[in-house]
Amino acid sequence: MSESAVEVSGLTKRFGDFAAVEGVSFAVERGEVFGLLGPNGAGKSTTIRMLCGILAPTSGEGRVGGHDVGREPEAVRERIGYMSQRFSLYLDLTTEENLEFYGGIYGVARERLSERIGWALEMAGLEEQRHRLTGELPTGWRQRLALGCALLHEPEVVFLDEPTAGVDPISRRRFWEVIYGLAEAGVACLVTTHYMDEAERCDRVALMYGGRVIALDSPEGLKRQSVAAGLLEVACEEPGRAVALLQKTAGVKRARLYGAGVHVVVSEPATGARLVREALEAAGLRPSRVEAAEASLEDVFVALIQEAEAGGAR
Amino acid sequence: MNGDRILAVADKEVRYLLRDRRSLGVTLLLPVALLILYGYAINFDVREIPLAVYDPDRSAESRDLVQTVTRTGYFRLVRTLDSPRQAEDVLQRGEAKVVLVLPAGFAADLAAGRTASLQTVVDGADSLTATISLSYLEAMAQEWSLRRLAEAGGGERRAPPISPEVRVWYNEGLASTHFIIPGLVVLILMMVAALLTSQTIVREREQGTIEGLVVLPVTPRELIAGKLLPYVAIAAVDVALIGVAGKLLFGVPLRGSPALLSGLMLIYIIAALGTGLLISVLTRSQQLAYMIALIATLLPTMLLTGFVFPVASMPKVLQMVVQLHPSTHFMVIVRGLALKGAGIGVLWPRALALTVIAGALLAASAAKFKKTL
Amino acid sequence: MASKRKRAMIEARGLRMAFAGLTAVDGIDLEVAAGEIFGLVGPDGAGKTTMMRMLCGALTPTGGTARVAGFGVLTQAEEVKRRIGYVPQRLSLYSELTVDENVGFVARVHGVKGRLLEDRRERLLSFSRLGRFRKRLARDLSGGMRQKLALVCALVHEPQVLLLDEPTTGVDPVSRGEFWEILMDLVGRDITILLTTAYLEEAERCARVGLLHRGRLLAEGRPEEIRRELGLELLEVTCEPLAKGREAAAETPGVRWVEAFGDRLHAATRSASEVERPLRAALEAAGVRVTSLRRIQTGLEDAFFELVRRGREEPA
Repeated sequence: MSESAVEVSGLTKRFGDFAAVEGVSFAVERGEVFGLLGPNGAGKSTTIRMLCGILAPTSGEGRVGGHDVGREPEAVRERIGYMSQRFSLYLDLTTEENLEFYGGIYGVARERLSERIGWALEMAGLEEQRHRLTGELPTGWRQRLALGCALLHEPEVVFLDEPTAGVDPISRRRFWEVIYGLAEAGVACLVTTHYMDEAERCDRVALMYGGRVIALDSPEGLKRQSVAAGLLEVACEEPGRAVALLQKTAGVKRARLYGAGVHVVVSEPATGARLVREALEAAGLRPSRVEAAEASLEDVFVALIQEAEAGGAR
Repeated sequence: MNGDRILAVADKEVRYLLRDRRSLGVTLLLPVALLILYGYAINFDVREIPLAVYDPDRSAESRDLVQTVTRTGYFRLVRTLDSPRQAEDVLQRGEAKVVLVLPAGFAADLAAGRTASLQTVVDGADSLTATISLSYLEAMAQEWSLRRLAEAGGGERRAPPISPEVRVWYNEGLASTHFIIPGLVVLILMMVAALLTSQTIVREREQGTIEGLVVLPVTPRELIAGKLLPYVAIAAVDVALIGVAGKLLFGVPLRGSPALLSGLMLIYIIAALGTGLLISVLTRSQQLAYMIALIATLLPTMLLTGFVFPVASMPKVLQMVVQLHPSTHFMVIVRGLALKGAGIGVLWPRALALTVIAGALLAASAAKFKKTL
Repeated sequence: MASKRKRAMIEARGLRMAFAGLTAVDGIDLEVAAGEIFGLVGPDGAGKTTMMRMLCGALTPTGGTARVAGFGVLTQAEEVKRRIGYVPQRLSLYSELTVDENVGFVARVHGVKGRLLEDRRERLLSFSRLGRFRKRLARDLSGGMRQKLALVCALVHEPQVLLLDEPTTGVDPVSRGEFWEILMDLVGRDITILLTTAYLEEAERCARVGLLHRGRLLAEGRPEEIRRELGLELLEVTCEPLAKGREAAAETPGVRWVEAFGDRLHAATRSASEVERPLRAALEAAGVRVTSLRRIQTGLEDAFFELVRRGREEPA
């Protein structure tokens, strides 16, 4: 019975009166891609910092790679890779020099280092850029380099804090291919992201709000147990006006912009579509499509957050 | 220039300052703290200089001489030596700074009407103390000789050929504090003011707010003026505190017009703040700005502007260069006003120079601030 | 809704910005009509921020010209700045000032004061749901709230043109949605908006978009036009396992490219009807379980992929 790569139980962090993280529990298995989602300020970064051994928990337990984060932070740090958007690559060093530097920092044995550097360059698609100054690389490539630096010492667990923010769609996908490759090789990957399409491909997802985990399941699981009934996809003119109008229409629980159109949640699936169509036509917004839609992870996410907001007083 | 915009900038700066409690505290208290610390520490008067004496004669006369010296309080007898060779030992160890060596037949020489020699060995490593000690001892010896002559001459006091009558104006006690404190005030004000403003524009660059700022319809002149105002107020508070401290703790007189001093001090503060502003406009990092502000103000003011070493003693070229530094002029103004009671009639060239420098610094800051990234 | 030919509030002709060793913007022509939202889309390093800064008058172009709100950006930069609201990527908020004070500062610099300032500030803050946080320091706000505050600051002087540089990057979907609701309301009030974004789904909401890549415009126009002109058709595949499905699909003849979109695949082709069956066959032959395979409308992200690929296929 092997231990999970990451085990969190009742993890809490308080700053004075303020609880940034409150009673968080979850586990990440080897080879799993685990998504940590939630609005800014929900406690994601604080949780990750605790799991990296950078921040001491106030209470609760976290075990990473078999070591306790509170009591053995150095042992934890030896087994993990950490990459954040604000990852400190040295812009004045070349690609290869950054890798050498981080290899040294992480204590990669000299004999292994050049092999590992070769691996990292290949993984990141940066073999041609070996001797190019990091400052000259486009952001997408830098992210991959930063990832490479975090993986030189072959960690068991990787923490990625919004690694693809602002990166172009093509580079983002390349980046995620690397992550899936890692997962296949048995590395546990814990990722935070605001891109819902990235979250869709995680094995499991935890949604945080106000320092707590308010949902934890696979993407399909979350979609199944949520608001699927009553979700409508609407295409019409002036989607902004449509949203404002529908939010005030009786029988409509929620309406928001979604892509180029609108997603509406109605209380009565049977009659909801007709209500919506009528309201839109009356306002001259000429709906071209009002039909039942499959909930995407974004729909689930928004529904849960808005419920939590209405419930709590954050 | 639009008054509303200037005030908007000033208002923003004030709120920032008020919320940065620690910096504010330091800013207001630092000048007084520095004044007190250095005011008491820096002292050119010498007292209680450790003295060692070799007196083989041990006559009434020799002892009288030694007591004359030690009674003044300028010297403190720490050792009576058994041999002149111990002198080197005692000086090297620092036990004494001065050694007085009297000859074996001191009293006999005096009685016989011969000139008795008196040897003084001084620790020249501390040349300041050495010079002063020598002059004190010389004066004392002179005084003692004259007294002896008078007594020997049966009450008839033979007048010496020349009797120099020395009168010291403006600082009768030659109290070095009266000399040091005004200079210290000039130095502290310059340094603190420049440090204050050196951060203000550079901080916008580091925070990233510069990008929004250059797109706002505020002109460089309005920005400089708005940033200047709150710091003038802070500097004014500092001046008041220093003034009170100087008067109460050190008894430095103020013989000239307080109104004139305040007015000129205001111009000086603006020049100092302008120095900081210019540095802030030209640098890219707050730490660098801080260091440059320190170097541009502390060292020159201390060494080059007449604080301790007279400008007139410097090489001609350097004399001309230091005229560009506002502290050079304000040093003269402060000492003149406080100690000599000088008025605007005498000080106007300095005041003019100060005003021109202040204006130039502000104009340069505004000119150098570009509204593009 | 008939669109009359409105005057251009933003015009760029051959705009160019060359730094030492790098041409960030390479000859861009752009036009945004009054009351329009224009989305400039592209990855980091494509030149979006450089474009924005030039249009604000914050950066002097090395070539070309631009006019914003009727004034030349090169010659009358200060006039331009009076008439625009700008939200840079770093947001330019004063962290040690409160929400109220941040708005107040910008307002007063623009000459909005007294009663007028009070009214506008209250209206804008309550509309963006920041009313409860007026006395909070900007540094204590969450990411989404800061974006909204920056927007309020840019609106307080009722500018004719709004320039927003990646206003929703790094912000969760809920906040993004709220932010866009505010934007859509502004468009209704005839404000011209030019924004840059890395989220192609947001670009879909814009009246017109420009796809920027390495300093050049790959395409420009209304989203429907761009999609139509591509001559591309999209098939959406839901299958398991996804990676294997992707490989199999990519090898199917007639399929130009395949990319993952969330938990689905998009397969691009010239003719969906011709490729549909061979694709299904290829997937099943590879042992992939196909849950759904259907034709979907080409999106801007698909367009982006296609255009970048075409850019690469053409000789340099």
